[in-house]
Amino acid sequence: MAGVAGGNDFQWCFSQVKGAIDEDVAEADIISTVEFNHSGELLATGDKGGRVVIFQHEQECKNRPNLRGEYNVYSTFQSHEPEFDYLKSLEIEEKINKIRWLPQQNSAHFLLSTNDKTIKLWKIGERDKRAEGYNLKDEDGRLRDPFRITSLRVPVLMPMDLMVEASPRRVFANAHTYHINSISVNSDHQTYLSADDLRINLWHLEITDRSFNIVDIKPANMEELTEVITAAECHPNQCNVFVYSSSKGTIRLCDMRTAALCDSHTKFFEEPEDPSSRSFFSEIISSISDVKFSHSGRYMMTRDYLSVKVWDLNMENRPVETYQVHEYLRSKLCSLYENDCIFDKFECCWNGSDSAIMTGSYNNFFRMFDRNTRKDITLEASRESSKPRATLKPRKVSTGGKRKKDEISVDSLDFNKKILHTAWHPKENVIAVAATNNLYIFQDKIN
Amino acid sequence: MFPKGTKRKFSDSREEPVAGGEDVNQSSLAAVRMLSSYSLQRQSLLDMSLIKLQLCHMLVEPNLCRSVLIANTVRQIQEEMTQDGTWQIMTQALSAANAAAQCSADRLVATEVLCRQTEAAQGEQVPKPFPVVGSEGCPAEEVLEEEEAAAAEVGMTMSTVSPQAPTSYLPGTFGMDPCWEEEETGEDDDDDEEEDSEECGSGSEGEERERDSLVEDTRTAEQVFGTFEIKNPAPSPDPALEELFSDVDASYYDLDTVLTGMQSVPKMGPYDLLESLSSHGPSPLSSSTSCRSDLNELDHIMEIIVGS
Repeated sequence: MAGVAGGNDFQWCFSQVKGAIDEDVAEADIISTVEFNHSGELLATGDKGGRVVIFQHEQECKNRPNLRGEYNVYSTFQSHEPEFDYLKSLEIEEKINKIRWLPQQNSAHFLLSTNDKTIKLWKIGERDKRAEGYNLKDEDGRLRDPFRITSLRVPVLMPMDLMVEASPRRVFANAHTYHINSISVNSDHQTYLSADDLRINLWHLEITDRSFNIVDIKPANMEELTEVITAAECHPNQCNVFVYSSSKGTIRLCDMRTAALCDSHTKFFEEPEDPSSRSFFSEIISSISDVKFSHSGRYMMTRDYLSVKVWDLNMENRPVETYQVHEYLRSKLCSLYENDCIFDKFECCWNGSDSAIMTGSYNNFFRMFDRNTRKDITLEASRESSKPRATLKPRKVSTGGKRKKDEISVDSLDFNKKILHTAWHPKENVIAVAATNNLYIFQDKIN
Repeated sequence: MFPKGTKRKFSDSREEPVAGGEDVNQSSLAAVRMLSSYSLQRQSLLDMSLIKLQLCHMLVEPNLCRSVLIANTVRQIQEEMTQDGTWQIMTQALSAANAAAQCSADRLVATEVLCRQTEAAQGEQVPKPFPVVGSEGCPAEEVLEEEEAAAAEVGMTMSTVSPQAPTSYLPGTFGMDPCWEEEETGEDDDDDEEEDSEECGSGSEGEERERDSLVEDTRTAEQVFGTFEIKNPAPSPDPALEELFSDVDASYYDLDTVLTGMQSVPKMGPYDLLESLSSHGPSPLSSSTSCRSDLNELDHIMEIIVGS
């Protein structure tokens, strides 16, 4: 699989953009999660309004072999509704925090979607045939008078227009006191974990009324709370292993075979702090917003406010690679604290071969790092560069006093345009980037 | 980001109460002038953090991670300020200013709230350890409300500082923690959002009032507390309740995670219902469905109480 950038024969170009173009963005339309399924054929997005939209990759055109097919809407459904917790008089947002696909086992597709409190298993199935020729009812559904039936016939399956139905198969509720931030399907395809700020629960996909608490970091005295869980993920091939990250910049790897309650970790990953760069914001910017295992399962990647770090699971005391996402923000931390941007939770993702990683930034910029060539590139998801198959031009933020042409200065960055959610196709060089209410799909230019 | 005017305001607030306590003011002024710009930055950060913590979202549960990070930042600042002695200086200075009840520096509102303490505590040099028992409010005004509510003294004004008001924000503090103790109350325990909203509402109201004047609060606590119906439930967990919900995450209804040591007021409303739920005894896992029907009853009762 090709690398990220820099080579003469590899460039990213625009493919599609989904979503309204209006300047006024409805809050409910803001995309809150993006996820490809395991084959890459389907791309799911969740938004703040509790809806899930699934796009399907169309077959490539036969007469344009160089062009990849497009992603078109496959199914749209309302996954979560706003709720009101009467006991606490608080609203429960319907915003979809995460979507995770289950590996496909039959013709239907299954995904887990979650808001702050409730996880739902959805089945997305196709129906392209229907039975005709019932004995007891007419074609339009009216019941036939049994006494008028003089002969029997066997119903016949007739083709019909493709209908995609999404139906909730399981609802996993009432297990989280705090806000769910992560769900992760286990490699055994039977269980999954869900993590909130203080606890992680293990579920069986078939059982909705019971979950096992496997991590609980809630202190007996809430006054002593200084650390919360920020993300969790199951290992891609070891079904007994999972990791969770914290707001203090640490990652704990746990083995479920050691104990029922994995409060004591098997491995503890933390990079020692650089004393020279210590400030009042050190802890906040060290808080990990996302953790992702590599597809191989050998590495994991963490995203904190200013950087992305790749860790070797066999080495706990420091990451093996560190990539600066937007180091120019380090001098602006106070302003970013004031406007709360310092608490933005950026996600990160691997490409299919684990040779490249991607994460978002502000001003609708997103960054990609090639682990082999050590090259990185900054691209922008904008309407201006949205011509079909237009090559994306690398962007640069000027840090020094002199601003070169085409560079943008740090003070001109739009901090309201943040790319928090990105996804990389598991097999091809196709990426999905969520910019507020728009979903951009980029692909490599095949030469 | 740190305008020069900041320092000027800081000194102004000291120069205002000229009439009385001049000696105190002199030493305070001298101390204040010794503050470097780093200290000012630190102070500004502290104020900002406190304001962030005080302004809670009333409809949706606040983000616990964000609150924890802000609180840790505040604690870090306070520890540093304690170490270099700035904390005591500032505390004394602000107390002097407070005594004259003329401090109107907007920027210092939060710190003032922070440092507002009893006469008795003024002379203290050693940070008081956070009292576990007794009201644990986030800002002092929230503490006040809880105590006032507990005491059911409707006519009390916001500016009255009861002798029991713990110095919630003294260094080495756990005083910040109850901020999400409040949220914890909102999340973990069946404590009603009304309490949070009143505290939050009067938190911002309180700041407004302090901007205008520190003197008599014109609003009655009754207006502030509004339809404050649900008091804090008993601190001890109800074992029957836990048994009933044992198959669900028990901590969802874990009553002992409520502010420990909160002065409890007789339970009313849905909590009576919860108690009656507990008398049903444990049942195999149709309890989730029975929970739902009971919660429907709860809805109904809530509607009656709230009068919606």
